[in-house]
Amino acid sequence: MTKQEALFNYTLRLADNSLILAQRLCEWTSKGPFLEEDLALTNISLDIFGRAKSLLEYAARVEGKGRTEDTLAFFRNDRQFTNNLICEQENGDYAKTMVRQAMIDCFDLMLYTELSKSKDETIAGIAAKSIKEITYHKRHSFSWVDRFGNGTEESKTRAQNALNELWRFSGEFFETDEAEQLLLKEGISVDVKAFKEKWEKEMVALFEKAGLTLPENTFMQTGGRKGIHTEHLAYLLAEMQALPRMYPDAKW
Amino acid sequence: MLSKEEILSFLEEIPDPEIPVISIVELGVVRDVLPSGKNIEVIITPTYSGCPAMKQMEDDVRKKLKEKGFEEIKITTTYSPPWTTDWLSEEAKLKLQKYGIAPPEESTTDKSFLTGKHKAITCPRCKSKNTVMISQFGSTACKALYQCKDCLEAFDYFKCI
Ligand SMILES: [Zn+2]
Repeated sequence: MTKQEALFNYTLRLADNSLILAQRLCEWTSKGPFLEEDLALTNISLDIFGRAKSLLEYAARVEGKGRTEDTLAFFRNDRQFTNNLICEQENGDYAKTMVRQAMIDCFDLMLYTELSKSKDETIAGIAAKSIKEITYHKRHSFSWVDRFGNGTEESKTRAQNALNELWRFSGEFFETDEAEQLLLKEGISVDVKAFKEKWEKEMVALFEKAGLTLPENTFMQTGGRKGIHTEHLAYLLAEMQALPRMYPDAKW
Repeated sequence: MLSKEEILSFLEEIPDPEIPVISIVELGVVRDVLPSGKNIEVIITPTYSGCPAMKQMEDDVRKKLKEKGFEEIKITTTYSPPWTTDWLSEEAKLKLQKYGIAPPEESTTDKSFLTGKHKAITCPRCKSKNTVMISQFGSTACKALYQCKDCLEAFDYFKCI
């Protein structure tokens, strides 16, 4: 693997994580539990779409084969996406969306804080911008997990169910691959293992405060990096990609 | 050849598509203009990564510079340094307030926005400080939703980033 290939793969994976999560979040648009939350999730989704767009643009430029951010987003199949499985999980109820978001926001804030020191100027620039936005997102998702846990029996049960269902996807945050290792030597990528403990500590603190407990089963499901996804991704892509695939020349 | 100041004064005529009382130059979206003869490169930075108004701003810049006689107009987006509300001038903040949007009250350097222990926000309508945040996310990405407990009016607050 050349440095260029590694940089393409790495940037594309960062982009996929953002794109798939943003698409999931925007499914709440017009269906939020109340108006303020509807606006909140739409805004958060928009921030993450923006990050995905910048990263996809950069990945296309690094690859240099004439693909664009649009062809990368709309003309790849599920097996060619390398996002973490947690991003593609269905929204479920609001507790599930917020537990998923809290886990991702906490990880992303650590990841992008480190990436803002990357020797790759474009990645560092996108990361520095993202930190400000993720800070807001995290405050929002953390406060909801707290409210659900300390709310009613019903809300607590739902948050606990969400945690039981989603925790098995957290191991994937801290996997690394050849591209990441190669770029680590160049000072471009980030050693995710270095903040695994810090992430777990912060999540445990949040869940304790909310009266939630980590599931005892610690089996970790993975596969995103190899393009092996849960069934949900293909359905998400079918909806997201339908229009550009039906009308490949459509412009707006 | 036109000076940078002259070109910036043209761009000063372009309002923010969502907050028409301030220009895209006052907002800090236009970072630099690099004229070379009949051609020009304009460096811009987005307020928020997903700001849907960016495309509109690009189109407006192109249109304005075409009117002023430029031929090839290249628009380059930069992400660093990241946009910050610290770039809004006092004059721009005053315009926001008159328009009914509470301007950012803090400097981002004090980091109080990270802990949530922010200052009381002044109601742009009655100037009361007896206000409460309803949602961190308002009508656009750059604003939060507040309500004044004295005049009961809901208003947008331009949040600090
Ligand atoms: Zn008032």
